[in-house]
Amino acid sequence: MDVKAKKIRVLVAKPGLDGHDRGARVVARALRDAGMEVIYTGLHQTPEQVAETALQEDVDVVGLSILSGAHMTLAPKIRHLLNEKDMKDVLFLVGGIIPEEDAEKLIAAGTADQIFTPGDPLDKIIDYINAKFASAE
Amino acid sequence: MERENLNEELNKWRSEVEGLKDRKKNFDTISGEPIDALYTPLDTDELDYGKDLGFPGRYPYTRGVQPNMYRGRLWTMRQFSGFGDASDSNNRYRYLLGQGQTGLSVAFDMPTIMGYDSDHERSLGEVGRCGVAIDSLEDMEVLFDGIPLDRVTTSMTINGPAAVLWAMYLANAEKQGISLNNVGGTIQNDILKEYIAQKSWIFPPEPSMRLITDIFAFAADHVPKWNTISISGYHIREAGSTAVQELAFTLADGFAYVEAGIKAGLNVDRFAPRLSFFFNAHMDFFEEICKYRAARRIWARRMKEKYGAKDPRSLKLRFHTQTAGCSLTAQEPENNIVRTAMEALSAILGGTQSLHTNSMDEVMALPTEKAVKIALRTQQVIAHESGVANTIDPLAGSYFVESLTDKMEAEAEVYFERIDQLGGVLAAIDSGFFQQEIADAAYIYQKAVDSCERVVVGVNRYNCEEPMQIDLLKIDPDVEEKQVGRLKLLRERRDNQALTRSLDDLKSGAAGSDNLIPKILAAVKLYATEGEIVTALKEVFGEYKEKPLF
Amino acid sequence: MLIRGVLMHHLVKDLLAGNRRAAARLITLIENDDEEKRSLLKEIYPHTGKAFIIGITGAPGAGKSSLVDRLLQQIRAEGLTAGIIAVDPTSPFSGGAILGDRIRMQDHALDAGVFIRSMGTRGSLGGLSRSTREAIQVLDAFGKDIVIVETVGVGQSEVDIVKTADSTVVILTPAGGDSVQTIKAGIMEIADVFVINKADLPGAERTATEINMMLDMNGEKPWRPPVLPTVSIKGDGVDKLWEALQEHRTFLEDSGKLLDVRRQRVRRELTEQVEYLVKTRIWDEVRDTIELDSLVEKISKRQQDPYSAAGELLAKINFYKGDHGEGG
Repeated sequence: MDVKAKKIRVLVAKPGLDGHDRGARVVARALRDAGMEVIYTGLHQTPEQVAETALQEDVDVVGLSILSGAHMTLAPKIRHLLNEKDMKDVLFLVGGIIPEEDAEKLIAAGTADQIFTPGDPLDKIIDYINAKFASAE
Repeated sequence: MERENLNEELNKWRSEVEGLKDRKKNFDTISGEPIDALYTPLDTDELDYGKDLGFPGRYPYTRGVQPNMYRGRLWTMRQFSGFGDASDSNNRYRYLLGQGQTGLSVAFDMPTIMGYDSDHERSLGEVGRCGVAIDSLEDMEVLFDGIPLDRVTTSMTINGPAAVLWAMYLANAEKQGISLNNVGGTIQNDILKEYIAQKSWIFPPEPSMRLITDIFAFAADHVPKWNTISISGYHIREAGSTAVQELAFTLADGFAYVEAGIKAGLNVDRFAPRLSFFFNAHMDFFEEICKYRAARRIWARRMKEKYGAKDPRSLKLRFHTQTAGCSLTAQEPENNIVRTAMEALSAILGGTQSLHTNSMDEVMALPTEKAVKIALRTQQVIAHESGVANTIDPLAGSYFVESLTDKMEAEAEVYFERIDQLGGVLAAIDSGFFQQEIADAAYIYQKAVDSCERVVVGVNRYNCEEPMQIDLLKIDPDVEEKQVGRLKLLRERRDNQALTRSLDDLKSGAAGSDNLIPKILAAVKLYATEGEIVTALKEVFGEYKEKPLF
Repeated sequence: MLIRGVLMHHLVKDLLAGNRRAAARLITLIENDDEEKRSLLKEIYPHTGKAFIIGITGAPGAGKSSLVDRLLQQIRAEGLTAGIIAVDPTSPFSGGAILGDRIRMQDHALDAGVFIRSMGTRGSLGGLSRSTREAIQVLDAFGKDIVIVETVGVGQSEVDIVKTADSTVVILTPAGGDSVQTIKAGIMEIADVFVINKADLPGAERTATEINMMLDMNGEKPWRPPVLPTVSIKGDGVDKLWEALQEHRTFLEDSGKLLDVRRQRVRRELTEQVEYLVKTRIWDEVRDTIELDSLVEKISKRQQDPYSAAGELLAKINFYKGDHGEGG
């Protein structure tokens, strides 16, 4: 068993109204199996709920899963709320059906640190997170 | 060849083949069902033609529900679409009808699906995004402007608030001067699969089931051509289930609705003829075909033997099919045209009544007009050029197809038993049984793709670095603002006093046991918004909360 | 003191001032065994002892989270504030966990009077996490009137929770055809309140009757645990549960048992702290100065026995070096 006390804590959040949680759940499981602590918000969360949950759970990573096309509204709003809560350092990932053009915009604007889309292997997400925290230590 | 000889020859062949090297270790379907190298008459030994297959249009309907199938009429080509506001979607519908599409299928946006008006705070950023925004009868009038509702049938993908949107459609038909007797179409109205897979729920199971049986009863009396429910495996499959899970869970839901209808005091033959189904067409060609054939046979047998249905229409499993959205890839999206064509072919060989073919770009955004046209053309090519519609159920009698059909039926029966042991569908939902089974299957599949055990062309094999670019549909960013503005005007214009009385009447009806459809119709005609009606019902019914299961 | 230390101790001030971010950060530092952990806890300790601690335990699927959700509504309606610690199991294989209890409680996410924290067991074998008790102290010092701990609901959680909570609620569901005789041994003793959740299912009354009979057989006790039916998804019976918890609290206070219970808890904590310090000291020393591997090698080859080796090892340790564990 891994007895290391420190764990990477990840909030997997489903903001907005779409109920497609296959991706969120598969990713949550994969992150658990990679040794992370995953807090799952459940469906249909408002941006305020997501940000406040991130704060209370003191997560290192916030991962949004959005498949309804509302990412250009929801992601910046949540990023803004996190910044307001003094959580600028949190690693902010967005997954879902995100067209290339939007992905570029979200990264350029400093909203998201990285975007993942269907077809990205689970290891890509895990490796990305692990690399970020390996270099931080 | 005699049976004994055959066995002997088969063994000889087997020992010969054993020495040859296979190109991979496991041969199985996309659902993980192991597949043998060869099927022979030994595999269909038990098959009794009359009992297990029969003739098209005859019990147990394994070969199809109509006697002449596609020789009489081709399947309905029904492309699911909707985006932006009602007038954007109205334009798309007219375009599709102009291109030879034969039925309409409405995709609503997320706020509409979840029962929120466009000006609700939770609707922010979602209005008109993945479907059309409909708030009131006014929007419904615009959506079908210039489209005579007695000449097309319309399918509406709506579940939690199905009664409300259906009422708007009926009220609009009446305004067009059409008798409800002549209005045909389908509402999805399948709340059980929402709890299981799609997760667009509003109310808890009990009141949801009551709304559904209210719809059954109202349609039986007033809208006889309407399919009151489309019991859906599609979303169960999209959530990551196997083919057998899709088959078993969907039919289990179907039986649960039948039981609910009977429990509500309806004679089974009064509502069962209007039940319809909706399946996924995934990539594993033969597994899908066998799934449809098994579904028909299971439904017919149970409806007759367990529920005592006598009307042949109650025994016929009619279904719509959509090709698998989850099989599409964002990488090299044009390959999706090929995938969709294969999937469509399996649905047709499986005897579907209507079909939606996905557009190649749907994994990235709502489809462009060009992509939708190719998707529709795919169906037209299969229908008119391939020749597969010339004869009925052409794969029947194949050793492989018949044995896989039997096997899937048997595996579904095992699931039915498990569900019974758990206390039925609602209890199984409550215990998280379905959700867990699907989550496990989804995870196993993803792991297999990640490890390249399962090949997805252009994703984990033959993938090239340079991305293939295609044009994507852009939703007018002003849609939300415009829709909210129109809604504000509507709220000012209508008779709000009469509306309040109507909503109060609905609430007291909800607390009692009257059929709620006439009350919802009354509110809709006073231009109550969807959100107002749903909120009134929430006050009485409460809201559903999901299970924390992984 | 390092700059990092100074910043961290600001967190305690912020916590006492009601800053939610500080509460969250402190729980993380403690949970991660930060080197400042013990000195932070030292600072927090004087501000604890005010919150009433409720433990909620029961088998997975009994409806713990939805009952906590409903209880929160009740508590907030009374104008009280609450902290929740929801514990889920850490995977023994990967060390990771999925913490999903708060899904049921998200309606309270934006309520400033509620603070919810999910914790993985992180190697603890009981139903609580390694740092549950410390996290309770943080929420206590944070000024929450009530702290609710939701256990994992498997393993030894029943015993762990009773050591931690002032009142323990055991949630059962109707046993269906089964008799409650099958209830895990030990559970009868720990409940201050029994809840039969999903009481709209068949067999609820019978389950309640059987528990009452078993309680009767236990003879006269100063506190007789009530057996209450609830339907947590509808909220039925939750008001009665809250009443029973308040009655139990009054009983504890009036009878002097609360002081008793808490004194016992302090005694255990003190014992554990001493044991912890001794253990840490020994192993630090062993790591620094003694060739453990060669001893293991010798014992494996039967050149020495573990009993005399342990004695020799201890004899080499200097217990009076430095002031361990004082931190800061």
